[in-house]
Amino acid sequence: MTSAPGAPSDAPLRTSVPPWRNVRVRRVAAQGVFVLAVLVAALWLWNNLTSAMARTNLTFSLNFLRTTAGFEIAESPIPFRAVDSYGQAFIAGLANTIVVSIVGIVLATILGVLVGIARLSRNWLVSRLSAGFVEVMRNTPLLVQLVLLYAVLRQLPPVAGSISLPGSIYLNQRGLFIPSPEAEATLGPWLGLVVGAVALAFVLRRIAVRREDAGLDPRRLGLVGLAGLIVIPLAGWIVLGAPISFDPPVLERFNFRGGTSFSPEFTALLAGLVIYTAAFIGEVVRGGIQAVRRGQVEAAQALGLTERQTLRLVVFPQALRVIVPPLTSQYLNLAKNSSLAIAIGFPDLFAVSRTMANQTGQPVSVIVLVMATYLTISLATSLLMNLYNRRVQVLER
Amino acid sequence: MTAEGERWLPPPDMSLGRRAWLRQNLFNSWWSSVVTVALGALLLWATVRIGAWAISEARWGVVTANLRLFLVGLYPADQVWRVWLGLTGLSVLGGVAAAVYRGGAVRTLAFWLAASQVLLAGLAAVSELGLVAALALLLNVGATWAAWAAARRLPIAGRALAAAWLVYLVLALILLAGVGGPLPVVGTNVWGGLLLTFLLAVAGIILSFPIGVLLALGRRSDLPAVRVFSTAFIEVVRGVPLVTILFMAAIMLPLFLPGEIRVEHVIRATAGITLFSAAYVAENVRGGLQAIPSGQYEAAHAIGLNAVQTNLHIILPQALRSVIPANVGLFISLLKDTTLVTIGAGLLEILGIGRAVLAQPEWFGAQMEVYLFIAAVFFVLSYTLSQASYRLEAALGVGKR
Repeated sequence: MTSAPGAPSDAPLRTSVPPWRNVRVRRVAAQGVFVLAVLVAALWLWNNLTSAMARTNLTFSLNFLRTTAGFEIAESPIPFRAVDSYGQAFIAGLANTIVVSIVGIVLATILGVLVGIARLSRNWLVSRLSAGFVEVMRNTPLLVQLVLLYAVLRQLPPVAGSISLPGSIYLNQRGLFIPSPEAEATLGPWLGLVVGAVALAFVLRRIAVRREDAGLDPRRLGLVGLAGLIVIPLAGWIVLGAPISFDPPVLERFNFRGGTSFSPEFTALLAGLVIYTAAFIGEVVRGGIQAVRRGQVEAAQALGLTERQTLRLVVFPQALRVIVPPLTSQYLNLAKNSSLAIAIGFPDLFAVSRTMANQTGQPVSVIVLVMATYLTISLATSLLMNLYNRRVQVLER
Repeated sequence: MTAEGERWLPPPDMSLGRRAWLRQNLFNSWWSSVVTVALGALLLWATVRIGAWAISEARWGVVTANLRLFLVGLYPADQVWRVWLGLTGLSVLGGVAAAVYRGGAVRTLAFWLAASQVLLAGLAAVSELGLVAALALLLNVGATWAAWAAARRLPIAGRALAAAWLVYLVLALILLAGVGGPLPVVGTNVWGGLLLTFLLAVAGIILSFPIGVLLALGRRSDLPAVRVFSTAFIEVVRGVPLVTILFMAAIMLPLFLPGEIRVEHVIRATAGITLFSAAYVAENVRGGLQAIPSGQYEAAHAIGLNAVQTNLHIILPQALRSVIPANVGLFISLLKDTTLVTIGAGLLEILGIGRAVLAQPEWFGAQMEVYLFIAAVFFVLSYTLSQASYRLEAALGVGKR
């Protein structure tokens, strides 16, 4: 607005509003009130907590982590005995959780991609079976699936009547027994050959891709690389002798000797988590592939791209953009769901922590510790996946 | 101008004959044929094996002999009529709701409520509960139908129905908990089974909803203190497993309150579930809020509404409407997640009851039967709810505008 003619232009304009109507004052005041309310509530809770803890002779301290645990942990990648400290017990449980989560994520991804692709199969039986599998998994609680799976594993025949699968794999009441790989002297040179073959195949593939993009037929080069990948290691295996020998589990009088064994608890937990998560990942993968609009494929065909080029350059990169974020939350769910291990007696982080909480009389410290640990695992997982996500996301225009 | 009597050609018949369908969908290449045959053989083998076990070997007596435990836990046998009566109220209101909301979703739900009670009546008739319970359940089905038929002719406002639901929830809780006299008090420590599963999930979703909405608004607030607090709460809760939250609620909730307050275990578990679910509701609602175009805010601003009025009258009604299907999904996962209270808080919901039944020497080794029954119950509930949710999504036109 322009000032009226004749009005003194240097007169102070009445812009000052009363403080209770000033936006900045109000913002500061509102936040102050909020922070105060949170602080008062927190103080009240803290007060109750400390007085309750004093009443029941609980203290806040992590000193118990150095004292002797006195309980056994059935299995862990980190050896643990009852004479070790609570701190070591916690680490052993954590190791179990991390191993189950990482192996579970890898296997669930593989199975989940298969389920998702099967769901889109043109074969009616395959797609219906995949859909039925997904529905059953998604509509029943994971905990029920886990206890059911564990019950099935426990009802397997005893050691003497083990179910034997091809390749010296045995399944019985005491778990899963597989041959353990042992390195031989020729492993080093043989691995060198394998690396060489992979490098050759990689280089040939790069050339093939470049030729394909230039409009030439790439098929022969790709085949040569692929053949090299199979022939070179095989030839090495025959010439050098077997680089790896397998030590199969052998049934003795009461149990298997040799080989690697997985307890029924670990097997049930891992299988349950993998199968359950795979159903969800399958849906994510299917959604991602279907999210690529038909026009994209048609446009690629109109440009004269081959079917392989269409998949490699058009469909996969776009599907991946859709898939990665929900995939991240499935990975997080798997890691968090591993805490259900306690229901089938597998000593994961939560199970060990509960024993610690009961024995030490320090439940509050243990709960804070275990929640902080799970939070760290979750944050680390999402950080890693976000880094990957940034790589696959195409910059928007 | 269209000529009189102009004929449209009918669309060409695209349906395939049976043989062509088989060829196209099962045997369209040699590879596909091999897969079909192999999978078909495997499927046949599994069906025969499982069917033979289910018919001749399985001891389904473990379900029929303990049906009351599975349904209501340790709720006193002579008071179980109160649960049936509560179910009658649900049936009547379900029938009315099916008539008032003409969309298919509520009608699907009411239909499935009736159908599952018929199923349950059949089960009850051959179980320890007996014919009286079966009859009561069938009467409930009749009540649903009668309520639907009556309400169709009455002009019932949606608001009145919503109020009736609220009144029903309060009355049902009073009915279950008891007040003394003719309605003796039944402590929550004996509530269990499917009843507890339902109560925990319903209480969790209802109580967490307002908290979740506030957290979602807080996360989008332009006041940094509020935003940081809400974001931290949501991310911490979403970053830890539910069992740890339940465990924390079971142990720490009594410590956090003044010493003279006694908190029952069911209340502790409800508090844990509510906290957990609030973070997920918040993320759902945030999704709904983000979908509101900024023009809505600007228009509200332009007509002089303040922030509270804008949210209350303009933003939330639109945002909350669009997140109903997502929250139904959340309710379904909450229903399944309540099984965790048996390991996190030691309560006997349906899975906890199952494990308790299996601890009886009489039913030792009947794990498969018990767990399969529980899985089947959850499958029916969860599948039904998700179907209703799809219909709701279609009716609300989410993602179509």
